[in-house]
Amino acid sequence: MANVLIFSEQDTGAFELLSKARELGTPAIAALGKTNVGGYFEYGAQQVFVGEDARLSEFNADGYADALAQIADASGATIVLIGSTKRGKELAGRLAQKLGCGAVMDAIGLAMQDGKIVAQRYALGGNTIATDVITSARQVIAVMPKTFEAVKQPVSGETVRVELKLREPRVKIVERKAKPAATANVEGAETLIVVGKGFAKQEDLGLAEALAHALNGEIGCTRALAADYHWLGEERMIGISGKKCKPRLMVSLGVSGQIQHTVGILGSKLIVAINKDKGAPIFKIADYGIVGDLYQVVPRLAERLRR
Amino acid sequence: MEIIVCLKQVPDLQQIRIKRETREPVLEGAPFVFGAFEKNALEEAVRLREKHGGKVIALALGNAKLKDTIIEALAMGADEAVMLTDPAFAGGGSAGTAQALAAAVRKIGKFDLILMGEGSADNYSGQVTGRVAELLDLPQITYARALSVEGNRVRVTRDLEDALEVVEAELPVVVSATSELNTPRLPPLTAILKASKKPIKTFTPADLGLAADQVGAKAAVVQTLSNLAPEQERKQVLFEGDADKAVDELLKALQKENAF
Ligand SMILES: Cc1cc2nc3c(=O)[nH]c(=O)nc-3n(C[C@H](O)[C@H](O)[C@H](O)COP(=O)(O)OP(=O)(O)OC[C@H]3O[C@@H](n4cnc5c(N)ncnc54)[C@H](O)[C@@H]3O)c2cc1C
Repeated sequence: MANVLIFSEQDTGAFELLSKARELGTPAIAALGKTNVGGYFEYGAQQVFVGEDARLSEFNADGYADALAQIADASGATIVLIGSTKRGKELAGRLAQKLGCGAVMDAIGLAMQDGKIVAQRYALGGNTIATDVITSARQVIAVMPKTFEAVKQPVSGETVRVELKLREPRVKIVERKAKPAATANVEGAETLIVVGKGFAKQEDLGLAEALAHALNGEIGCTRALAADYHWLGEERMIGISGKKCKPRLMVSLGVSGQIQHTVGILGSKLIVAINKDKGAPIFKIADYGIVGDLYQVVPRLAERLRR
Repeated sequence: MEIIVCLKQVPDLQQIRIKRETREPVLEGAPFVFGAFEKNALEEAVRLREKHGGKVIALALGNAKLKDTIIEALAMGADEAVMLTDPAFAGGGSAGTAQALAAAVRKIGKFDLILMGEGSADNYSGQVTGRVAELLDLPQITYARALSVEGNRVRVTRDLEDALEVVEAELPVVVSATSELNTPRLPPLTAILKASKKPIKTFTPADLGLAADQVGAKAAVVQTLSNLAPEQERKQVLFEGDADKAVDELLKALQKENAF
């Protein structure tokens, strides 16, 4: 059985990965920069490696990769699973290079095939799903959050304190400004209204809100509206660098349908698109569409639904 | 300041067709471009040079068509380009590519900053940043949405899920750019004409001191078993014309689908 080492900056992600790792081999977890580790045994961690080094009190990719490489050596882990958050991803690349091995990022599926680990990921900007096998002796896989279900399976594992040889972090954190807490859950929404750059002004989003209200749905958006314009929180951004959604009904308003966005909506049962450009690629992946000005169509649609 | 910008040549992803029967992507005919985030990286490099002086080198690994793409980087303001177009470089994946880029950076020798995109337009894996930084034993700062240089220090605002984090490090460092870092310029025609006169160097694996099994497919540690489009059967029914009528037809269709 392969030894699997897990690291996730978020405990929810750690529990998901532990649950999956039980299928792949013997799970262990690295708890870096934290002391409260009991929860991991609930999800089947046979070993919890604790690195209590002041240099790990703040996340830094180089130092954390160093620590994980040393723990992987100490534990004999051949598979390292990392929660694919932004910090997780930057860590995974560096770690893979330290271990001299192959890595797959943003994995959306994972299985053991003939003793080798096989991972699925989006490729070509979301046009395709690639199935990869890592051929090096060790493997690093950064797994997308919420890919696997966290299922409790308590064990009486051991806590292992490890002596780490680390250098002083070379990147100094000067300031951290917390972002407002997420208020939306687009991943879990049954009905989703997605807004794009077809909206000319932030105030106009009221039209989408009225529609969301009438349908009892959640509002999601394309990258620009969250990342560039800051009209909506980033937790609403849908696509390859945002959330992947699977509502029963999704209504897309003023969204062109570039592949990096649509990869996040392919799981929708029914896709409705409203766009003034008949040639917009969104219509290629829509079940129903209205070719028209959203400023004309959306208020009428909301009004009819209210009745 | 000497700045190296790493750019990845990718097929224009909007122009990829999917074969209906096999769900395989058809790349033939799709033109090659640089990813959007690489343009942010390059734009930032050019702005830093405009402010602090120095030189911007565009570094890219790609196929025989790379020259057409690299001209765009030179038109946007890179002073020189280094191309790794030897067929031996192809197929190395993130590990092989990082190996080649790091070796090319060593060969270039003098640099203060290496900039790249937060992830490539095709795979968006973002591995190369950490790998190159590790190979060169440099600090890495990813997801930059603001960047400034003072003396020999760089100050970057990183865009993370839960926070904006302001960090500092001593140069040289490897930084990856987000789209929020800047708005890349559209080069004027005169710049495009001048670009072809700028120096372009081409390095082979031997030039970089890399053995044949250290680059390209021979160095690859990830093998892609299959790469297929997910199944999508959509009805693609469109309503046009009068808004009231279109809404009416849409609602009827949705009712039939039990959408509400
Ligand atoms: C590596 C990478 C990762 C990315 N990740 C993501 C991601 O995760 N999520 C994401 O969304 N994007 C992502 N992008 C960006 C993506 O490629 C597109 O640029 C983006 O999705 C386009 O957003 P949009 O459809 O809102 O805007 P546009 O492409 O500008 O489309 C606006 C649409 O609105 C229509 N329109 C305008 N006015 C009206 C009107 N009055 N009525 C009706 N229709 C109207 C137009 O016809 C047009 O089709 C990524 C890009 C890269 C390179």
